[in-house]
Amino acid sequence: MISLAGRDILHSWGKFVFTGIGLGLLIGVTLVMAGVYRGMVDDGKVLLDNSGADLWVVQKNTLGPYAESSSLYDDLYRSVLAMPGVAQAANVTYLTMQVQNNNRDVRAMIVGIMPGEVGQPGWPPQLVAGRQITRSHYEAVADIATGFKLGDTVDIRRNRYTVVGLTRRMVSSAGDPMVFIPLKDAQEAQFLKDNDAILQQRRRTTENPAFNRPGVPGLLDAVIASQSTNNYVNAILVRIKPGYLSHDVGANIVRWQRLQVYDRVQMEAILIGKLIATSAKQIGMFLVILAVVSATIVAFIIYTLTMDKIREIAVLKLLGTRNRTIASMIMQQAIALGVIGFAVGKITATFAAPLFPKYVLLVPSDSLVGFFAVLVICVLASLIAIRMALKVDPAEAIGG
Amino acid sequence: MSGKGIRIEDLKKRYGTGDAAVDALNGVDMQVAPGEVVGLIGPSGSGKSTLLKCLGAVIEPSSGLMALGDEVIYHNGWKVRDLRALRRDKIGFVFQAPYLIPFLDVTDNVALLPMLAGIPNDEARRRAVELLTALDVQHRARAMPSRLSGGEQQRVAIARGLVNRPPIILADEPTAALDSERALAVIRILEDMASQFETAIIVVTHDEKIIPTFKRTYHIRDGITYEEAGEGRLLNSAGKLT
Ligand SMILES: Nc1ncnc2c1ncn2[C@@H]1O[C@H](COP(=O)(O)OP(=O)(O)OP(=O)(O)O)[C@@H](O)[C@H]1O
Ligand SMILES: [Mg+2]
Repeated sequence: MISLAGRDILHSWGKFVFTGIGLGLLIGVTLVMAGVYRGMVDDGKVLLDNSGADLWVVQKNTLGPYAESSSLYDDLYRSVLAMPGVAQAANVTYLTMQVQNNNRDVRAMIVGIMPGEVGQPGWPPQLVAGRQITRSHYEAVADIATGFKLGDTVDIRRNRYTVVGLTRRMVSSAGDPMVFIPLKDAQEAQFLKDNDAILQQRRRTTENPAFNRPGVPGLLDAVIASQSTNNYVNAILVRIKPGYLSHDVGANIVRWQRLQVYDRVQMEAILIGKLIATSAKQIGMFLVILAVVSATIVAFIIYTLTMDKIREIAVLKLLGTRNRTIASMIMQQAIALGVIGFAVGKITATFAAPLFPKYVLLVPSDSLVGFFAVLVICVLASLIAIRMALKVDPAEAIGG
Repeated sequence: MSGKGIRIEDLKKRYGTGDAAVDALNGVDMQVAPGEVVGLIGPSGSGKSTLLKCLGAVIEPSSGLMALGDEVIYHNGWKVRDLRALRRDKIGFVFQAPYLIPFLDVTDNVALLPMLAGIPNDEARRRAVELLTALDVQHRARAMPSRLSGGEQQRVAIARGLVNRPPIILADEPTAALDSERALAVIRILEDMASQFETAIIVVTHDEKIIPTFKRTYHIRDGITYEEAGEGRLLNSAGKLT
C-alpha cells in the first residue's frame, strides 16, 4: 500500500511548506515564551548562586533584599560574624538605576561590596577580563552585558568610576546586568542627594528650633552630619562554616539579632514564587493563547485541505477505501504539518533566543513537551476534518 | 456461467418523504448475463444514475431485489454486511467525469484499488500498466492526472474501473469525453473484458455512436425499464410489447 498522505503532501508540498512555516513561526514564539520564563528563573538562580551566600540576613519582616526593600545598620555584620557557625559575613547594597557612559545610559543593578578578598560573599566569583576592585573608591567591575569595556568611565550619580574588571552572567532578578562598586560609594549613591536638595535640607534643619538651640552649640552640626551620611545596607550575606546546618545558624541569628534570615531554598522560593510569579502567570496566559491559536490554525488548515479533497474522498470511499484509511490519511497530514511546524519553530527559537535583550533559556525538556503538545494539538485539530470526511457520501462521486 | 451476472427485480427507490418525495425508480427489472455488455438509455431524470447508485451499493433502494450471481445483496434491505468490501471487490465503477486522485500518478490511480485490497504494490502496478496498455495510455503512465487530456483521463478512469476484474462493471456515460474512434475502442475493451472474465457490464449512455454496438439495450422512463426488442419496439417486464 502506498502512503496517500505522503503522496498528497508531495503533490502540494508548497501549500504544506508554507503553512508549516507559518505554524512554525507561531510555535517558535511559543518556545521563546517558555524560554523567557526559564530565563527569568535562571536569572534568579544565578543571582543567588553568584552572591556566594548560604544565608541572607535582612530587615525583620521583609522579603528582602531582592523581592522587597530591606535596610540594616552597616555595623550589624560584626555581630553576625560573631555568631556560632558563621564563616564570613559581608554587607551588600543593591540599587537598580540608569548608569551613564558617554551619553549612553544602561539600566544596571549597582551592587555595593565590602572591601576584602576574592571569594567574599557578594563579590563577583570570576572575571572574564581585568581585575577585582582593589581601591575603596571609584572602581567598578561590570557585567559584559552592560556593554562597558575595561578602562571605560561610568557615571553613577555624581561620581565617576573606572571599569577595572568585567564579569559575565551577573544579573539582577529582573535580568539587568550588575555593576559592582565599593560599599561606601554604593551607600553614598543610594543616599546621595543633589546639591540643591542638600542645601534645602540644611536650611530646613537650621530653621527648626528643636535642632538649632542657642544653648547647645554642637547639636545642629551633629544633626546635619547624621542626615547626610548613610550607614544602612540592604542585606548581610553570610557563609557558614562546614559542619553547621544553615537552619541552625539562621535560627540563632534570628533569636539573638532579631533579624530576618533566609536560606538558599527559602530565597529561591521567594524569587520564583513571589518576585516572578506574576510574570510567570502572564507568560502562562500567553502560552495558553498561543496553543489555542495554533490549534485553531492547524484545524483550519487541515479542514480546508480536506475540503479541497472532498471529491477525491468520495471517490476513495466509492472504490471501497476503509474509513480508517481515510482518517489516517488526514491525521498523518496533520501530524506532518505539526512536525514541519515544530522543526521550523525550534530552529526559529534557537536563532532568535540570543537576540532578545533578556536571557532566554531554551530547555530541551520544554522542547520535548512542546513537541508532544504540538502533536496532540494536531491530532485533535484533525478530528474535525476527519469527522467531515467520514460524512462524505460516496454517491457524490457518481454524480447525476 | 453461474455465480456471476446481475439480476434486478421490482426495484424501487423513493427520495425524500411526504410532499417532497420523488419516486426515482418504480419497479426496475433487469438481467445481465455474465460476459454481457448491455446499454441503458433514457431521458434526463429518468433514473439511470439512481439505478447505478443502488446497484453500486452507495444508496439504499426502498424495496425490491438485487442479486450478483447467486448472492442476493439486497432484498427489501441489505443482505451483505460490508458494503465497502462489496464495492471494492465486486463492482467496478466508471463515471461520467473521471475523478482521478490528483496526487497520484496515472499508474497509482489505477493500482490503488488492488493495493487497497491488499495486493502487493509491484503486482498492482503491473496489472495497472497492463490495462493502461490495453487502453492505449501507457505512454502517460507516470504523468499526473492534471497533465492529461480529458479523453486520456477518461481512459485511465476506465482502467481503474476494470483493474480489480470485478464481476460487474457500472459505467455512467464512459464515452462522453471521447471521439467516436476511441469511444468505440472503449466499448470494444469492455466487451473483451466481459467475455474474457465473464463480467456483467451496464453502460449508461446518450452516445448515438455506441448505442448500436450493444447487443441488448434497456430503456428507462420514469423509473421503469423496458427492454428493446428490435425495430423500436419495447418490452415491459411482463414481456409485453408497449
Ligand atoms: N438525492 C436526490 N434527492 C432527491 N431526488 C433525487 C436525488 N437524486 C436524483 N433525484 C431525482 O430522481 C430522479 C432520477 O434522477 P437520476 O439522477 O437517476 O436521473 P438520470 O437518469 O441519471 O438523469 P441524467 O441523464 O440527467 O443524469 C430525478 O427526478 C431526480 O431529480
Ligand atoms: Mg445521471
